[in-house]
Amino acid sequence: MKIPYYPGCSLKTSAKNLEVSALAAAEKLGIEMVEMPRWNCCGTVFSLTSDDLMHHVASVRNLVRVQEMSENGSVDTTNKMVTLCSMCFNTMKSAAKRVRENAEDLVKINSFMDTEPDYNGNVQVLHLLEIIRDMGFDKVSAKVTRPLEGLKIAPYYGCMLIRPKEIGIDDPEDPTIGAQLFKALGAEIVDNPFKKVCCGAYHTVHNKDTVIELAHDILTHAQEEGGEAISTSCPLCAFNLDNRQKEIKEKYLKFKEMPVFYFSQLMTLAFGLGEDACMFEANYVDPRPLLKSKNLL
Amino acid sequence: MEDKKDIMQIIADANKSVTTGIDSADIEHWVWIHIMGRAYQVPAGLTIMQAMEYAGYKFITSAGCRAGFCGACATMYRKEGEYKLQTAMACQTRVEDGMFLVQIPFAPAQEATYDITKEPYAASTLLEHYPEIARCVACNTCTKACPQDLEVMDYIQDALRGDYKKVAERSFDCIQCGLCAVRCPAEITQFNVGMLARRMYGRYGMTEPEYAKARLTELDQGKYDKEFKKLLAADVEELKKRYAAREREAD
Repeated sequence: MKIPYYPGCSLKTSAKNLEVSALAAAEKLGIEMVEMPRWNCCGTVFSLTSDDLMHHVASVRNLVRVQEMSENGSVDTTNKMVTLCSMCFNTMKSAAKRVRENAEDLVKINSFMDTEPDYNGNVQVLHLLEIIRDMGFDKVSAKVTRPLEGLKIAPYYGCMLIRPKEIGIDDPEDPTIGAQLFKALGAEIVDNPFKKVCCGAYHTVHNKDTVIELAHDILTHAQEEGGEAISTSCPLCAFNLDNRQKEIKEKYLKFKEMPVFYFSQLMTLAFGLGEDACMFEANYVDPRPLLKSKNLL
Repeated sequence: MEDKKDIMQIIADANKSVTTGIDSADIEHWVWIHIMGRAYQVPAGLTIMQAMEYAGYKFITSAGCRAGFCGACATMYRKEGEYKLQTAMACQTRVEDGMFLVQIPFAPAQEATYDITKEPYAASTLLEHYPEIARCVACNTCTKACPQDLEVMDYIQDALRGDYKKVAERSFDCIQCGLCAVRCPAEITQFNVGMLARRMYGRYGMTEPEYAKARLTELDQGKYDKEFKKLLAADVEELKKRYAAREREAD
Protein backbone atom coordinates (compact mmCIF):
# COMPACT_ATOMS: atom_id res chain seq x y z
CA MET A 1 0.00 0.00 0.00
CA LYS A 2 1.30 3.42 -0.98
CA ILE A 3 -0.64 6.11 0.83
CA PRO A 4 -0.35 9.90 1.31
CA TYR A 5 1.09 10.65 4.72
CA TYR A 6 0.39 13.79 6.71
CA PRO A 7 3.09 14.30 9.39
CA GLY A 8 2.03 17.48 11.23
CA CYS A 9 4.33 20.02 12.85
CA SER A 10 5.09 18.15 16.10
CA LEU A 11 6.39 15.13 14.25
CA LYS A 12 9.03 17.32 12.64
CA THR A 13 10.09 18.91 15.94
CA SER A 14 9.26 17.50 19.37
CA ALA A 15 7.94 14.09 18.28
CA LYS A 16 10.53 12.93 15.76
CA ASN A 17 10.65 9.62 17.62
CA LEU A 18 7.01 9.02 16.68
CA GLU A 19 7.64 9.75 13.00
CA VAL A 20 10.90 7.84 12.64
CA SER A 21 9.60 4.73 14.39
CA ALA A 22 6.18 4.75 12.71
CA LEU A 23 7.62 5.08 9.21
CA ALA A 24 10.00 2.18 9.85
CA ALA A 25 7.31 -0.01 11.40
CA ALA A 26 4.81 0.73 8.63
CA GLU A 27 7.38 -0.07 5.96
CA LYS A 28 7.97 -3.44 7.59
CA LEU A 29 4.23 -4.08 7.23
CA GLY A 30 4.28 -3.12 3.58
CA ILE A 31 2.70 0.30 4.11
CA GLU A 32 4.61 2.98 2.22
CA MET A 33 3.74 6.36 3.71
CA VAL A 34 4.47 9.08 1.13
CA GLU A 35 4.83 12.49 2.74
CA MET A 36 2.42 14.97 1.18
CA PRO A 37 4.09 17.81 -0.71
CA ARG A 38 3.37 21.31 0.64
CA TRP A 39 1.32 20.16 3.63
CA ASN A 40 0.35 22.81 6.13
CA CYS A 41 -0.53 22.79 9.83
CA CYS A 42 -3.90 21.05 10.28
CA GLY A 43 -5.20 23.93 12.39
CA THR A 44 -4.38 22.04 15.61
CA VAL A 45 -7.83 22.14 17.20
CA PHE A 46 -11.08 21.45 15.39
CA SER A 47 -13.24 24.54 15.78
CA LEU A 48 -16.71 23.68 17.08
CA THR A 49 -18.11 27.14 16.37
CA SER A 50 -20.82 26.79 13.75
CA ASP A 51 -19.83 29.81 11.65
CA ASP A 52 -16.05 29.58 11.99
CA LEU A 53 -15.28 28.18 8.55
CA MET A 54 -11.93 29.97 8.35
CA HIS A 55 -10.41 27.52 10.80
CA HIS A 56 -11.25 24.56 8.56
CA VAL A 57 -9.45 26.00 5.55
CA ALA A 58 -6.10 24.61 6.74
CA SER A 59 -7.42 21.05 6.99
CA VAL A 60 -9.32 21.19 3.73
CA ARG A 61 -6.24 22.50 1.92
CA ASN A 62 -4.39 19.37 3.05
CA LEU A 63 -7.26 17.24 1.77
CA VAL A 64 -6.84 18.90 -1.62
CA ARG A 65 -3.18 17.77 -1.56
CA VAL A 66 -4.38 14.18 -0.97
CA GLN A 67 -6.84 14.47 -3.84
CA GLU A 68 -4.01 15.66 -6.12
CA MET A 69 -1.80 12.73 -5.09
CA SER A 70 -4.61 10.29 -5.83
CA GLU A 71 -5.07 11.88 -9.24
CA ASN A 72 -1.41 12.13 -10.26
CA GLY A 73 -0.59 8.56 -9.35
CA SER A 74 2.09 9.25 -6.74
CA VAL A 75 0.22 6.78 -4.48
CA ASP A 76 -1.83 3.66 -5.16
CA THR A 77 -4.70 4.48 -2.82
CA THR A 78 -7.65 6.65 -3.82
CA ASN A 79 -8.66 9.58 -1.64
CA LYS A 80 -7.13 8.14 1.51
CA MET A 81 -4.52 9.60 3.82
CA VAL A 82 -2.75 8.42 6.94
CA THR A 83 -1.82 10.42 10.04
CA LEU A 84 0.18 9.56 13.14
CA CYS A 85 -0.57 12.38 15.56
CA SER A 86 -3.93 11.87 17.28
CA MET A 87 -4.59 15.60 17.28
CA CYS A 88 -3.97 16.06 13.54
CA PHE A 89 -6.05 12.94 12.89
CA ASN A 90 -8.98 14.26 14.87
CA THR A 91 -8.83 17.80 13.45
CA MET A 92 -8.62 16.71 9.84
CA LYS A 93 -11.13 13.91 10.05
CA SER A 94 -13.58 16.28 11.75
CA ALA A 95 -13.07 18.94 9.08
CA ALA A 96 -13.44 16.34 6.31
CA LYS A 97 -16.71 15.18 7.89
CA ARG A 98 -18.02 18.70 8.28
CA VAL A 99 -17.52 19.65 4.62
CA ARG A 100 -18.73 16.25 3.41
CA GLU A 101 -21.99 16.66 5.31
CA ASN A 102 -22.47 20.38 4.72
CA ALA A 103 -22.48 21.15 1.02
CA GLU A 104 -22.78 24.88 1.64
CA ASP A 105 -19.64 24.91 3.77
CA LEU A 106 -17.76 23.04 1.07
CA VAL A 107 -18.85 25.51 -1.60
CA LYS A 108 -17.86 28.44 0.57
CA ILE A 109 -14.42 27.02 1.38
CA ASN A 110 -13.79 26.05 -2.23
CA SER A 111 -14.78 29.50 -3.38
CA PHE A 112 -12.47 31.06 -0.79
CA MET A 113 -9.56 28.85 -1.87
CA ASP A 114 -9.88 30.04 -5.44
CA THR A 115 -6.28 29.28 -6.35
CA GLU A 116 -6.68 25.57 -5.46
CA PRO A 117 -8.55 22.86 -7.33
CA ASP A 118 -12.02 22.33 -5.81
CA TYR A 119 -12.05 19.82 -2.99
CA ASN A 120 -14.32 16.92 -3.90
CA GLY A 121 -15.30 16.06 -0.33
CA ASN A 122 -14.24 12.43 -0.64
CA VAL A 123 -10.97 12.09 1.27
CA GLN A 124 -10.92 9.57 4.08
CA VAL A 125 -8.63 10.50 6.98
CA LEU A 126 -7.11 7.45 8.64
CA HIS A 127 -4.85 6.81 11.60
CA LEU A 128 -2.02 4.32 11.12
CA LEU A 129 -3.39 2.25 14.01
CA GLU A 130 -6.69 1.57 12.21
CA ILE A 131 -4.90 0.65 8.98
CA ILE A 132 -2.87 -1.89 10.95
CA ARG A 133 -6.02 -3.22 12.68
CA ASP A 134 -7.79 -3.60 9.35
CA MET A 135 -4.79 -5.49 7.94
CA GLY A 136 -5.09 -7.88 10.86
CA PHE A 137 -2.94 -8.11 13.96
CA ASP A 138 -1.77 -11.55 12.83
CA LYS A 139 0.17 -9.71 10.11
CA VAL A 140 1.89 -7.79 12.90
CA SER A 141 2.70 -10.95 14.87
CA ALA A 142 4.24 -12.45 11.75
CA LYS A 143 6.84 -9.67 11.64
CA VAL A 144 7.87 -9.91 15.29
CA THR A 145 11.46 -11.08 15.71
CA ARG A 146 11.90 -9.98 19.30
CA PRO A 147 8.68 -10.52 21.26
CA LEU A 148 8.22 -8.01 24.06
CA GLU A 149 8.00 -10.83 26.59
CA GLY A 150 7.57 -9.80 30.18
CA LEU A 151 7.06 -6.11 29.37
CA LYS A 152 3.92 -4.84 31.11
CA ILE A 153 2.35 -2.13 28.99
CA ALA A 154 -0.62 -0.01 30.03
CA PRO A 155 -2.08 1.32 26.77
CA TYR A 156 -3.25 4.92 27.02
CA TYR A 157 -5.66 6.41 24.48
CA GLY A 158 -6.48 9.91 25.68
CA CYS A 159 -9.20 11.81 23.83
CA MET A 160 -8.41 12.59 20.23
CA LEU A 161 -8.04 9.04 18.97
CA ILE A 162 -11.37 7.80 20.32
CA ARG A 163 -13.68 10.80 20.79
CA PRO A 164 -16.18 11.88 19.63
CA LYS A 165 -17.65 8.51 18.67
CA GLU A 166 -18.14 9.38 14.98
CA ILE A 167 -14.50 10.42 14.64
CA GLY A 168 -12.75 7.93 16.91
CA ILE A 169 -11.18 4.71 15.66
CA ASP A 170 -12.34 2.53 18.56
CA ASP A 171 -15.01 2.13 21.24
CA PRO A 172 -14.86 5.48 23.07
CA GLU A 173 -15.87 3.80 26.34
CA ASP A 174 -13.59 0.79 26.19
CA PRO A 175 -10.89 1.08 23.53
CA THR A 176 -8.78 -2.01 22.92
CA ILE A 177 -6.85 -1.27 19.73
CA GLY A 178 -3.59 -0.57 21.59
CA ALA A 179 -3.96 -3.64 23.77
CA GLN A 180 -4.51 -5.83 20.71
CA LEU A 181 -1.46 -4.39 18.98
CA PHE A 182 0.89 -4.82 21.94
CA LYS A 183 -0.45 -8.33 22.54
CA ALA A 184 0.49 -9.11 18.95
CA LEU A 185 3.98 -7.80 19.76
CA GLY A 186 4.20 -10.23 22.67
CA ALA A 187 3.80 -7.73 25.51
CA GLU A 188 1.76 -8.20 28.63
CA ILE A 189 -1.24 -5.87 28.78
CA VAL A 190 -2.24 -4.00 31.88
CA ASP A 191 -5.65 -2.37 31.86
CA ASN A 192 -5.53 1.14 33.24
CA PRO A 193 -8.89 2.55 34.41
CA PHE A 194 -7.50 5.98 33.45
CA LYS A 195 -6.67 4.97 29.87
CA LYS A 196 -9.17 7.39 28.36
CA VAL A 197 -8.90 10.25 30.86
CA CYS A 198 -7.73 13.53 29.32
CA CYS A 199 -4.08 14.38 29.96
CA GLY A 200 -4.92 18.08 30.28
CA ALA A 201 -3.94 18.91 26.71
CA TYR A 202 -3.14 22.61 26.19
CA HIS A 203 -3.58 23.44 29.86
CA THR A 204 0.06 22.45 29.95
CA VAL A 205 0.86 25.98 28.74
CA HIS A 206 -1.00 28.17 31.23
CA ASN A 207 -2.38 25.77 33.82
CA LYS A 208 0.44 23.37 34.49
CA ASP A 209 -0.99 22.24 37.84
CA THR A 210 -4.06 20.75 36.17
CA VAL A 211 -1.82 18.73 33.88
CA ILE A 212 0.40 17.62 36.74
CA GLU A 213 -2.65 16.31 38.61
CA LEU A 214 -4.15 14.52 35.61
CA ALA A 215 -0.86 13.02 34.46
CA HIS A 216 -0.08 11.90 38.00
CA ASP A 217 -3.45 10.10 38.19
CA ILE A 218 -3.00 8.44 34.82
CA LEU A 219 0.55 7.27 35.52
CA THR A 220 0.06 6.11 39.12
CA HIS A 221 -3.10 4.17 38.26
CA ALA A 222 -1.20 2.38 35.52
CA GLN A 223 1.54 1.59 38.04
CA GLU A 224 -0.95 0.36 40.66
CA GLU A 225 -2.29 -2.09 38.10
CA GLY A 226 1.22 -3.37 37.55
CA GLY A 227 2.13 -1.37 34.45
CA GLU A 228 5.82 -0.71 33.80
CA ALA A 229 5.32 1.64 30.89
CA ILE A 230 2.52 3.51 29.19
CA SER A 231 1.83 3.98 25.48
CA THR A 232 0.37 6.80 23.40
CA SER A 233 -0.08 7.96 19.83
CA CYS A 234 -0.29 11.68 20.61
CA PRO A 235 2.66 14.09 20.89
CA LEU A 236 0.73 16.32 23.29
CA CYS A 237 -0.24 13.40 25.56
CA ALA A 238 3.39 12.28 25.35
CA PHE A 239 4.59 15.69 26.48
CA ASN A 240 2.16 15.82 29.39
CA LEU A 241 2.71 12.25 30.51
CA ASP A 242 6.45 12.03 29.82
CA ASN A 243 8.10 15.46 30.15
CA ARG A 244 5.79 16.62 32.95
CA GLN A 245 7.08 13.78 35.15
CA LYS A 246 9.78 16.26 36.12
CA GLU A 247 7.16 18.48 37.81
CA ILE A 248 5.16 15.49 39.12
CA LYS A 249 8.26 14.28 40.98
CA GLU A 250 8.71 17.71 42.54
CA LYS A 251 5.12 17.69 43.81
CA TYR A 252 4.73 14.02 44.69
CA LEU A 253 7.94 12.89 46.30
CA LYS A 254 6.96 9.21 46.26
CA PHE A 255 6.27 9.23 42.52
CA LYS A 256 8.46 6.90 40.50
CA GLU A 257 9.31 7.74 36.90
CA MET A 258 7.74 5.60 34.22
CA PRO A 259 8.63 5.39 30.50
CA VAL A 260 6.08 6.62 27.97
CA PHE A 261 6.33 4.93 24.55
CA TYR A 262 4.83 5.85 21.25
CA PHE A 263 2.98 2.75 20.02
CA SER A 264 5.31 2.73 17.03
CA GLN A 265 8.48 2.55 19.16
CA LEU A 266 7.24 -0.73 20.61
CA MET A 267 6.61 -1.96 17.07
CA THR A 268 10.11 -1.14 15.81
CA LEU A 269 11.56 -2.73 18.92
CA ALA A 270 9.58 -5.95 18.47
CA PHE A 271 10.29 -6.00 14.74
CA GLY A 272 14.01 -5.86 15.54
CA LEU A 273 14.57 -2.75 13.42
CA GLY A 274 17.37 -1.44 15.60
CA GLU A 275 17.69 1.41 18.07
CA ASP A 276 17.98 4.08 15.36
CA ALA A 277 14.44 3.28 14.29
CA CYS A 278 13.21 3.43 17.90
CA MET A 279 14.79 6.79 18.81
CA PHE A 280 14.44 6.11 22.53
CA GLU A 281 16.94 8.89 23.20
CA ALA A 282 14.23 11.42 22.36
CA ASN A 283 11.94 10.22 25.17
CA TYR A 284 12.11 12.27 28.38
CA VAL A 285 12.09 9.29 30.74
CA ASP A 286 14.71 7.00 29.27
CA PRO A 287 13.02 3.64 28.62
CA ARG A 288 16.30 1.83 27.91
CA PRO A 289 17.09 0.72 31.48
CA LEU A 290 13.66 -0.94 31.71
CA LEU A 291 14.12 -2.62 28.31
CA LYS A 292 17.61 -3.79 29.27
CA SER A 293 16.26 -5.28 32.50
CA LYS A 294 13.83 -7.29 30.34
CA ASN A 295 16.58 -8.34 27.95
CA LEU A 296 14.86 -6.48 25.15
CA LEU A 297 17.87 -4.32 24.28
CA MET B 1 1.99 88.66 -13.84
CA GLU B 2 5.46 87.21 -14.19
CA ASP B 3 4.58 84.52 -11.61
CA LYS B 4 1.39 83.63 -13.43
CA LYS B 5 3.26 83.13 -16.68
CA ASP B 6 5.57 80.73 -14.94
CA ILE B 7 2.68 78.71 -13.62
CA MET B 8 1.12 78.54 -17.11
CA GLN B 9 4.45 77.41 -18.45
CA ILE B 10 4.70 74.74 -15.79
CA ILE B 11 1.25 73.43 -16.72
CA ALA B 12 2.20 73.40 -20.38
CA ASP B 13 5.42 71.57 -19.61
CA ALA B 14 3.52 69.02 -17.55
CA ASN B 15 1.57 68.05 -20.64
CA LYS B 16 4.82 67.29 -22.37
CA SER B 17 5.60 64.22 -20.37
CA VAL B 18 8.93 64.15 -18.60
CA THR B 19 8.63 60.42 -18.23
CA THR B 20 7.70 59.61 -21.79
CA GLY B 21 9.66 62.39 -23.45
CA ILE B 22 6.91 62.59 -26.03
CA ASP B 23 4.50 65.43 -26.55
CA SER B 24 1.04 64.38 -25.39
CA ALA B 25 -0.36 65.35 -28.77
CA ASP B 26 1.67 62.52 -30.30
CA ILE B 27 0.45 59.87 -27.92
CA GLU B 28 -2.13 57.65 -29.52
CA HIS B 29 -3.17 55.23 -26.77
CA TRP B 30 -4.47 56.41 -23.43
CA VAL B 31 -5.89 54.63 -20.40
CA TRP B 32 -7.99 55.83 -17.50
CA ILE B 33 -6.68 55.03 -14.02
CA HIS B 34 -7.77 56.12 -10.55
CA ILE B 35 -5.11 57.12 -8.06
CA MET B 36 -6.51 57.20 -4.55
CA GLY B 37 -9.96 57.70 -5.98
CA ARG B 38 -9.15 60.45 -8.46
CA ALA B 39 -9.36 59.76 -12.19
CA TYR B 40 -6.47 60.45 -14.55
CA GLN B 41 -5.92 59.77 -18.20
CA VAL B 42 -2.37 58.57 -18.81
CA PRO B 43 -0.48 57.20 -21.81
CA ALA B 44 -0.81 53.45 -22.16
CA GLY B 45 2.34 51.45 -21.66
CA LEU B 46 3.68 53.39 -18.69
CA THR B 47 4.51 51.65 -15.46
CA ILE B 48 2.31 52.51 -12.50
CA MET B 49 5.14 54.60 -11.10
CA GLN B 50 5.66 56.49 -14.38
CA ALA B 51 1.92 56.98 -14.73
CA MET B 52 1.67 58.47 -11.27
CA GLU B 53 4.51 60.83 -12.06
CA TYR B 54 2.86 61.69 -15.35
CA ALA B 55 -0.28 62.50 -13.39
CA GLY B 56 1.73 64.92 -11.29
CA TYR B 57 2.66 62.88 -8.22
CA LYS B 58 6.16 63.29 -6.92
CA PHE B 59 7.67 60.33 -5.10
CA ILE B 60 9.55 61.46 -2.03
CA THR B 61 9.17 57.94 -0.61
CA SER B 62 7.76 54.64 -1.92
CA ALA B 63 10.34 54.66 -4.71
CA GLY B 64 13.87 53.35 -4.75
CA CYS B 65 15.74 51.39 -7.37
CA ARG B 66 12.99 51.61 -10.02
CA ALA B 67 14.18 48.21 -11.20
CA GLY B 68 12.17 45.72 -9.16
CA PHE B 69 14.79 44.94 -6.55
CA CYS B 70 14.32 47.24 -3.59
CA GLY B 71 10.71 46.57 -2.68
CA ALA B 72 9.90 50.21 -1.90
CA CYS B 73 7.05 50.83 -4.37
CA ALA B 74 4.36 48.39 -3.20
CA THR B 75 1.02 49.04 -4.83
CA MET B 76 -2.49 47.69 -4.35
CA TYR B 77 -5.17 47.93 -6.95
CA ARG B 78 -8.48 46.62 -8.11
CA LYS B 79 -9.63 46.65 -11.68
CA GLU B 80 -13.08 47.79 -12.57
CA GLY B 81 -15.57 44.93 -12.37
CA GLU B 82 -13.17 42.51 -10.61
CA TYR B 83 -13.40 41.48 -6.96
CA LYS B 84 -9.71 40.55 -6.74
CA LEU B 85 -7.53 42.91 -4.79
CA GLN B 86 -4.23 42.82 -6.63
CA THR B 87 -0.72 43.76 -5.64
CA ALA B 88 2.29 44.89 -7.61
CA MET B 89 5.55 46.77 -7.55
CA ALA B 90 4.73 50.15 -9.15
CA CYS B 91 8.01 50.23 -11.09
CA GLN B 92 7.46 46.77 -12.60
CA THR B 93 3.81 46.77 -13.59
CA ARG B 94 2.21 48.58 -16.51
CA VAL B 95 -0.99 50.55 -16.03
CA GLU B 96 -4.17 49.05 -17.37
CA ASP B 97 -7.44 50.74 -18.11
CA GLY B 98 -9.71 50.87 -15.08
CA MET B 99 -7.10 50.37 -12.37
CA PHE B 100 -7.92 51.77 -8.94
CA LEU B 101 -4.54 52.33 -7.32
CA VAL B 102 -2.95 53.19 -4.02
CA GLN B 103 0.67 53.06 -2.92
CA ILE B 104 1.64 51.28 0.30
CA PRO B 105 4.90 53.06 1.09
CA PHE B 106 5.36 51.44 4.47
CA ALA B 107 4.19 48.29 6.24
CA PRO B 108 4.00 48.67 10.01
CA ALA B 109 5.71 45.49 11.18
CA GLN B 110 7.39 44.25 14.26
CA GLU B 111 10.95 43.17 13.92
CA ALA B 112 12.56 40.99 16.55
CA THR B 113 15.91 41.88 18.09
CA TYR B 114 18.29 38.97 18.40
CA ASP B 115 21.94 38.05 18.54
CA ILE B 116 22.29 35.48 15.81
CA THR B 117 25.31 33.91 17.52
CA LYS B 118 23.24 33.06 20.60
CA GLU B 119 20.09 31.66 19.01
CA PRO B 120 19.56 27.88 19.07
CA TYR B 121 19.13 26.36 15.62
CA ALA B 122 15.68 24.95 16.41
CA ALA B 123 12.04 25.56 15.55
CA SER B 124 11.61 27.24 18.94
CA THR B 125 13.76 30.22 17.85
CA LEU B 126 11.33 31.31 15.14
CA LEU B 127 8.34 30.71 17.41
CA GLU B 128 9.92 32.61 20.26
CA HIS B 129 10.66 35.72 18.20
CA TYR B 130 7.53 35.52 16.06
CA PRO B 131 4.97 33.53 18.09
CA GLU B 132 2.17 34.81 15.86
CA ILE B 133 3.24 32.35 13.13
CA ALA B 134 1.26 29.79 15.14
CA ARG B 135 -1.86 31.83 14.26
CA CYS B 136 -1.53 30.94 10.57
CA VAL B 137 -4.79 29.43 9.32
CA ALA B 138 -3.31 28.53 5.93
CA CYS B 139 -5.62 30.95 4.12
CA ASN B 140 -2.86 31.62 1.55
CA THR B 141 -3.65 35.35 1.35
CA CYS B 142 0.04 36.20 1.78
CA THR B 143 1.01 34.04 -1.19
CA LYS B 144 -1.63 35.71 -3.32
CA ALA B 145 -0.36 39.13 -2.21
CA CYS B 146 3.29 38.49 -3.03
CA PRO B 147 4.44 40.50 -6.08
CA GLN B 148 7.47 38.20 -6.29
CA ASP B 149 5.21 35.14 -6.63
CA LEU B 150 6.78 33.49 -3.60
CA GLU B 151 5.00 30.69 -1.74
CA VAL B 152 4.77 32.81 1.39
CA MET B 153 2.22 30.68 3.24
CA ASP B 154 4.32 27.60 2.57
CA TYR B 155 7.41 29.17 4.09
CA ILE B 156 5.47 30.23 7.18
CA GLN B 157 4.35 26.61 7.45
CA ASP B 158 7.97 25.52 7.04
CA ALA B 159 8.90 27.97 9.80
CA LEU B 160 6.33 26.42 12.14
CA ARG B 161 8.07 23.09 11.87
CA GLY B 162 11.58 24.54 12.02
CA ASP B 163 12.55 23.68 8.46
CA TYR B 164 15.09 26.50 7.99
CA LYS B 165 16.34 25.23 4.66
CA LYS B 166 12.89 25.34 3.08
CA VAL B 167 12.11 28.79 4.55
CA ALA B 168 15.41 30.11 3.22
CA GLU B 169 14.86 28.66 -0.23
CA ARG B 170 11.22 29.68 -0.51
CA SER B 171 11.77 33.21 0.82
CA PHE B 172 15.09 33.86 -0.92
CA ASP B 173 13.69 36.30 -3.50
CA CYS B 174 11.79 38.35 -0.92
CA ILE B 175 12.24 42.10 -1.43
CA GLN B 176 10.63 43.03 1.91
CA CYS B 177 7.85 45.10 0.36
CA GLY B 178 5.57 44.12 3.27
CA LEU B 179 2.42 43.37 1.26
CA CYS B 180 2.12 39.89 2.80
CA ALA B 181 2.16 41.35 6.30
CA VAL B 182 -0.38 44.02 5.41
CA ARG B 183 -2.82 41.42 4.06
CA CYS B 184 -2.34 38.68 6.68
CA PRO B 185 -5.46 38.06 8.80
CA ALA B 186 -3.25 36.44 11.46
CA GLU B 187 -1.10 39.60 11.65
CA ILE B 188 2.13 37.74 10.90
CA THR B 189 5.10 39.71 9.58
CA GLN B 190 6.14 37.04 7.11
CA PHE B 191 9.02 38.92 5.52
CA ASN B 192 10.81 39.37 8.86
CA VAL B 193 10.28 35.71 9.76
CA GLY B 194 11.89 34.81 6.42
CA MET B 195 14.83 37.10 7.09
CA LEU B 196 15.52 35.57 10.51
CA ALA B 197 15.28 32.08 9.00
CA ARG B 198 17.67 32.94 6.17
CA ARG B 199 20.17 34.39 8.64
CA MET B 200 19.92 31.28 10.81
CA TYR B 201 20.23 28.96 7.84
CA GLY B 202 23.20 30.89 6.50
CA ARG B 203 24.97 30.68 9.82
CA TYR B 204 24.07 27.20 11.03
CA GLY B 205 22.47 25.26 8.20
CA MET B 206 24.79 25.76 5.26
CA THR B 207 28.18 24.19 5.01
CA GLU B 208 31.01 26.62 4.41
CA PRO B 209 32.16 26.15 0.82
CA GLU B 210 35.74 25.05 0.26
CA TYR B 211 36.50 27.92 -2.13
CA ALA B 212 35.45 30.46 0.51
CA LYS B 213 37.77 28.87 3.05
CA ALA B 214 40.65 28.89 0.57
CA ARG B 215 39.98 32.54 -0.25
CA LEU B 216 39.95 33.56 3.41
CA THR B 217 43.26 31.78 3.95
CA GLU B 218 44.75 33.70 1.02
CA LEU B 219 43.55 36.99 2.52
CA ASP B 220 44.90 36.06 5.95
CA GLN B 221 48.25 35.28 4.39
CA GLY B 222 48.35 38.81 3.00
CA LYS B 223 47.85 38.19 -0.69
CA TYR B 224 46.65 41.78 -1.27
CA ASP B 225 48.58 43.61 1.44
CA LYS B 226 51.13 45.00 -1.00
CA GLU B 227 48.44 46.36 -3.34
CA PHE B 228 46.53 47.94 -0.45
CA LYS B 229 49.69 49.63 0.81
CA LYS B 230 50.29 51.07 -2.64
CA LEU B 231 46.76 52.45 -2.79
CA LEU B 232 46.96 53.95 0.67
CA ALA B 233 50.21 55.68 -0.20
CA ALA B 234 48.99 57.03 -3.57
CA ASP B 235 48.11 60.73 -3.98
CA VAL B 236 44.78 62.01 -5.32
CA GLU B 237 46.02 62.38 -8.91
CA GLU B 238 47.31 58.86 -8.98
CA LEU B 239 44.02 57.55 -7.55
CA LYS B 240 42.03 59.46 -10.17
CA LYS B 241 44.18 57.99 -12.91
CA ARG B 242 43.78 54.49 -11.58
CA TYR B 243 40.03 54.94 -11.13
CA ALA B 244 39.60 56.01 -14.75
CA ALA B 245 41.67 53.06 -15.93
CA ARG B 246 39.98 50.48 -13.68
CA GLU B 247 38.59 47.25 -15.01
CA ARG B 248 34.81 47.37 -15.07
CA GLU B 249 31.82 45.50 -16.35
CA ALA B 250 29.91 46.95 -19.27
CA ASP B 251 27.03 49.28 -18.25
